[in-house]
Amino acid sequence: MTLSTESNFTKPDDAFRAVVEAHRGLSDAQSADLDAALVLILANHIGDIGVLREAIELAKRRMATADQQAQQQQQ
Amino acid sequence: MAQTKTQFGYRRHPDQDRRDGDPAEHAVVVVGAGPVGLSLAIDLAQRGQSVVLLDDADRIGEGSRAICFSKRSLEFWDRLGIGQRMVDKGVVWSVGKIFHGDHLLYQFNLLPEQGHKRPAFINLQQFYAEAYLVDRVEELPNIDLRWRNKVTGLEVRNDHVVLTIETPDGPYRIGASYLVACDGARSSLRQMVGAEFAGQVFEDQFLIADVKMAAEFPTERWFWFDPPFHAGRSALLHKQPDDIWRIDLQLNPDADPTVEKRPENVRPRLARMLGHDKFEFEWISLYKFQCRRMERFLHGRVMFAGDAAHQVSPFGARGANSGLEDAENLAWKLDRVLRGSSPQALLATYHTERSAAADENIRESTRSTDFMAPVSPQEARLRKAVLSLAKETEFGKRMINGGRLSVPSVYESPLSSADGDDWRGGPRPGTSMPDAPVAGEAAFLTEAFIKAGKRFTLLAFSNGADIDTPEDVGVIRIGGPDGLADPQGLASRRYDAEPGTAYLLRPDGYVAARFRHPTRAALDAALARATGHS
Repeated sequence: MTLSTESNFTKPDDAFRAVVEAHRGLSDAQSADLDAALVLILANHIGDIGVLREAIELAKRRMATADQQAQQQQQ
Repeated sequence: MAQTKTQFGYRRHPDQDRRDGDPAEHAVVVVGAGPVGLSLAIDLAQRGQSVVLLDDADRIGEGSRAICFSKRSLEFWDRLGIGQRMVDKGVVWSVGKIFHGDHLLYQFNLLPEQGHKRPAFINLQQFYAEAYLVDRVEELPNIDLRWRNKVTGLEVRNDHVVLTIETPDGPYRIGASYLVACDGARSSLRQMVGAEFAGQVFEDQFLIADVKMAAEFPTERWFWFDPPFHAGRSALLHKQPDDIWRIDLQLNPDADPTVEKRPENVRPRLARMLGHDKFEFEWISLYKFQCRRMERFLHGRVMFAGDAAHQVSPFGARGANSGLEDAENLAWKLDRVLRGSSPQALLATYHTERSAAADENIRESTRSTDFMAPVSPQEARLRKAVLSLAKETEFGKRMINGGRLSVPSVYESPLSSADGDDWRGGPRPGTSMPDAPVAGEAAFLTEAFIKAGKRFTLLAFSNGADIDTPEDVGVIRIGGPDGLADPQGLASRRYDAEPGTAYLLRPDGYVAARFRHPTRAALDAALARATGHS
């Protein structure tokens, strides 16, 4: 299986909103705790190390791109 | 503090009276009479080799000590004739429990099925294991064990090496066709060949204490994250023979070793853990984990085994056990090369198989160590998430890493023949032979393997037909008129056997090849491959 990056939710806003609301009223530390647990729960649900690695790579690539853009803006 | 030791005497050897230009020549010299060197020497000697075994000390029972010996190690020691003695003295266990605070989070059984001669683990102080091995060495006239013989020089020649050895009577020299360095994590031979020992040192410090007390804890491995008696850190409790209990406590990275080691500072910590202070100290030590290995286990005619070649953190019992797996892997190969029945290239597979095993052991023990001592706030957060999820989910329990205990390595090896038939289970080539109960001349398959000569052996499930077996290959027959019975059907089940199925086992009890219907040609080809001839 490969990582699906198609839009999988009928209502993507509901999914985004559900995560946002889960963090409402939490401190940064509490949010980080929540995210850690959420990542592990979802990773286990996916249950495919290849997909998990692809997801990690996508998330990291996005970070690298964001960092580059920030640097270019500074220059 | 009480300390069980056995003292051995230095004895002058005629080799020391040879002229300097004419040193005695030996086939194999093993350096280091720890569990690995002793076991290797015994295995080689039982295969008919003469072995000189050198050790720089003259006693055992000091220093950091292994206590957990695996099923695989016990099966190896059975082949060396001392398994039963180890088990009789040892504390048998298979259950581990993991606590978080004062809750039991997770319990595992390392050998949940019946029908194995040996348990998942025994706990036994290393000095007992060494003492029993030395007793066995003394029964074997072709092992020449020389105490207080310290190797101080190594000269590498074309077809042999020459060692300079320091003794109470001064130095002398001997030659060796092959040298095996089992001289521990601080191996001086490793330095003499100029090899690196690269890897990772972990910052967290651990305190090990062996205490003597009468206690009613069950014989299980108990591991705590953040226990009430040692807030924020981890702890481990293990039973040993003679009412000795091993306790490991994780300390802060900045703890001062000399202060922490003082009995008056250790005592209150343990009293909090045990709920009383009715115990005596046997041994206290402080250590940091290291995970590292040599790049090559073979340096020409010098080979490295055990901690000299690779070092792991202790959670997982992968130190001594992996060293013993090195010994059983090397012994038969070196024996064949010395006899001329296999090419020297067979020794290269010792490096291939055992360095991959070392990588696996390092990977596993590094993961355990990182889980116990998270290196960043986010890692700590992920661990906290796992521990909290473990209270209500199965996947969380399985993610807790309080040490993944040693299991025999599986080899991706040039000695294995790829499966050509259809298999639904059973040990694939490169896997160690699973045990099973049988009836007749032997009560277990591992016993039948010993009776068949601890050599290349065909484990054949009878279909009534005769098998044309290559010369020098032992046979274990299951079923048929003169075969062993398989009363519970477990041997057949564990080997996915049908009538006619046969497994070719190596002298270390690993599967080299397997066949639904073996032909002589297929057996010859598999044997040639497994002996380094193709």
